[in-house]
Amino acid sequence: MKVSAQNKVFAMLLSFGLVAGCSSTGETMDDGSYGSDVAAIDQEGGSTVYGGAEGDGVSSSSLSDEERQEARAQAEQEALRNITTFYFDFDTSEIKQDARDVLVAHARYLASNPRQQVRLEGHADERGSKEYNLALGERRANAVERFLVVNGASRGQIETVSYGEEKPVVRGSSESAWAQNRRVELIFQ
Amino acid sequence: MGMSRSMSVGKSTRNMALFSWLMVMLLVASTARAELLIRITEGADAAIPIAVVPFAESGAMPAGDKVSSVVQADLTMSGEFRPLEPSKMLSLPSKRSEVYFRDWRLLGQRYVLVGELTRNGERIQARYELFDVNREQRILGETAGASVSGIRSLAHHISDRVYEAITGEPGVFSTKLAYITLAINGNESVYRLQVSDIDGQRSKVRLESREPILSPAWSPDGKKLAYVSFETGKPVIFVHELATGERTKVADFPGLNSAPAWSPDGQSLLMTLSRDGNAEIYQMNLASGNTTKLTNHWAIDTEAAWDHAGRGVFFTSDRSGGPQIYHMERPGAEPRRITFGSRYNARARPDSKGEYVYYVHQRESTFHIARRNLKTDEETIITRTGSDESPSVSPNGRMLIYATQQGGKGVLTVVSADGGAAYSLPASEGEVREPAWGPISR
Repeated sequence: MKVSAQNKVFAMLLSFGLVAGCSSTGETMDDGSYGSDVAAIDQEGGSTVYGGAEGDGVSSSSLSDEERQEARAQAEQEALRNITTFYFDFDTSEIKQDARDVLVAHARYLASNPRQQVRLEGHADERGSKEYNLALGERRANAVERFLVVNGASRGQIETVSYGEEKPVVRGSSESAWAQNRRVELIFQ
Repeated sequence: MGMSRSMSVGKSTRNMALFSWLMVMLLVASTARAELLIRITEGADAAIPIAVVPFAESGAMPAGDKVSSVVQADLTMSGEFRPLEPSKMLSLPSKRSEVYFRDWRLLGQRYVLVGELTRNGERIQARYELFDVNREQRILGETAGASVSGIRSLAHHISDRVYEAITGEPGVFSTKLAYITLAINGNESVYRLQVSDIDGQRSKVRLESREPILSPAWSPDGKKLAYVSFETGKPVIFVHELATGERTKVADFPGLNSAPAWSPDGQSLLMTLSRDGNAEIYQMNLASGNTTKLTNHWAIDTEAAWDHAGRGVFFTSDRSGGPQIYHMERPGAEPRRITFGSRYNARARPDSKGEYVYYVHQRESTFHIARRNLKTDEETIITRTGSDESPSVSPNGRMLIYATQQGGKGVLTVVSADGGAAYSLPASEGEVREPAWGPISR
C-alpha cells in the first residue's frame, strides 16, 4: 500500500480521535480543565501515549519509526492548535496550567509561519463594572500575547483588542455562562 | 423606540420599602405592565403630599399628555412627593381666589399647585401658583411658555420650579439621560446611543452601530457627549456634538481608549489609555490633543471621575489585588485608597456636593451600588437588585440611575439617593445599559 505523507498524517489523526475531541472540550469546559485528551498529552508527552493506533485497524507498519514519530508530533501540534479559546478565573489574567501546551503549539506555529497574523480578543464576564472589565480583557489578551512571544512568536504578528463584557459567547447570568465568557480568543487572519 | 416607565416605589419604612421592592420584582418578572406596579407606591408615607390640580385651559390644547399629569408623574418619580389623585379633589381651583385651604387640609395635603394654560397661536402659555396649605401662603407664582410641540418641556419646567420651591434643591425633571440600547436579532447586534427625558420619553437615537458603544459622558454644558465606540474594530473615544451630529475622534491610540470623563470647565477629558502597555489614567486637553499621564502603576487604573470640587480625581485601581476606589487630591498626586471591606469596589461617581460617592460594590456574590459618606466613611448599599453597575448621580444629588437586570434583560433603574424610592426604565425592545445623567442646563 502506497500512502502519501499527508495521508499518513491524516490516518494518524483519525486514529488519535483527537481533532474534534479537543476542540469541543475546549469550547464547553467551564471548570477550568481542558479534559482528558489534552491532559494525556501533558502527562505522558509525545509518541508513547497513542499506542492504540493498531487497534483501529490502520496499518502503521509501512511507516518507519522516524516517520511515525514525526507524524505523531505534527498531528499532536495540529490537534492542539484546534483549541483557540483560553479561559480565566474571575478577575484574573493568569494563564491556566493546562492552556500552556496549547499556547506553545500556537507560538511554534507562528514562529515557523512569520507571515501569519493573529488577533487576540480579550473578554470578561458581565459582573462588575464595564470599564474595569475592558481593562481586564486587555490584560488577559496581553498575558496571552506575552506567552506567545516568550515561546517564539514575534510581537509584530500579534494584534490585541479587548471587548470587556460587551461580547459574551453565552448570554445569561450563571456560573457556567460566566466561565465561558472570561476568555481570550485567538483569531488567525 | 422609547422606554416606558414601569414602576414607582415610594419611600416608607425600611421594611415596607423592602416588601414593596420584592413585590415589584415579582410583578416585573411576570409582566411588564406599568399600571400594576404604580399601585404599590400607595404606601409611600414619608413622601410629601401635594395636590397637582388639573390646569384650566383656554384655547385648543394638543392631544396627548396633560401638563398637570406630567407634573404629577414627575413629582411621583422623584420619590419625595405623593401627589393626590385628581378624583379625590373636592374642587379644581385654577387661581388663588378659588383655593379653600381648609378643604386641602382635610385632604391631608401640604401643598397645592394650580394653574392655567392659554394657547396663543403656536405657543402655550402657563400661569401657575404653588401654595403652602398650613401657612396659607403662596410660595411660587410664575408664568412660562413653550411651543405647542414642547408641552412636555413646559411641564418638566414647572416640576423643576415646584420641586425647588419646596425642597430648596434644583429639580432635574428637565435634564436628559444618555444610554445605550442593544437589540439582538439572530446573529446581528445593533447598539444605539440614545438621549431621552429622565422618564424615558422623547428618546432620540444619536448613533447606531453593529459594534459596542459604551461609557457615554455628558459635557458640563450638556451640549456634547463623549463615548467609546468599537465601530473601527477597537475602542476609540469620540466627542459628539448633539445639535449638529458632528463627531470628532479624540483618542485612537494603540490599546484601550476608554472611560472618558469631562473636566468641570469642559476643556479636557480624563480617559484610560493603555498605549504604554498598561491601563493608566490620562488627562487630554481637547483643544491641543496633548495628554498628561496621571497614574503610573503596573496595575489597572481606570474609571476616573473628577471630585465635586473639580480639583481631585476618583478612580478604580486593582493595585491592592482587586479593584478598589482611590482618590488623588489633585491630578498626579499620590492616590489614597478609600474603599475597604469588599474585594470589589469600582467606578466611583461623586455627587455634586462632596457628601457622597457611589460605586459598584460586591457583597458576597452579588453586585450592588453602594454609597459612602465621604466625611464619616459610612458605607450603605442602596440597591436591592443584583448585577448592578454604571451608577450615575442626578445633578442635584437626590437621585441615582444605574443599570441592572430584570428577567435576564438589562434595564435602567432610578433610585432616590438613599435607595428608598425607585422606578425602572426597561427598553421596549432588547436591553438598555450605561446610563449617564445629564447636567442641568441654564
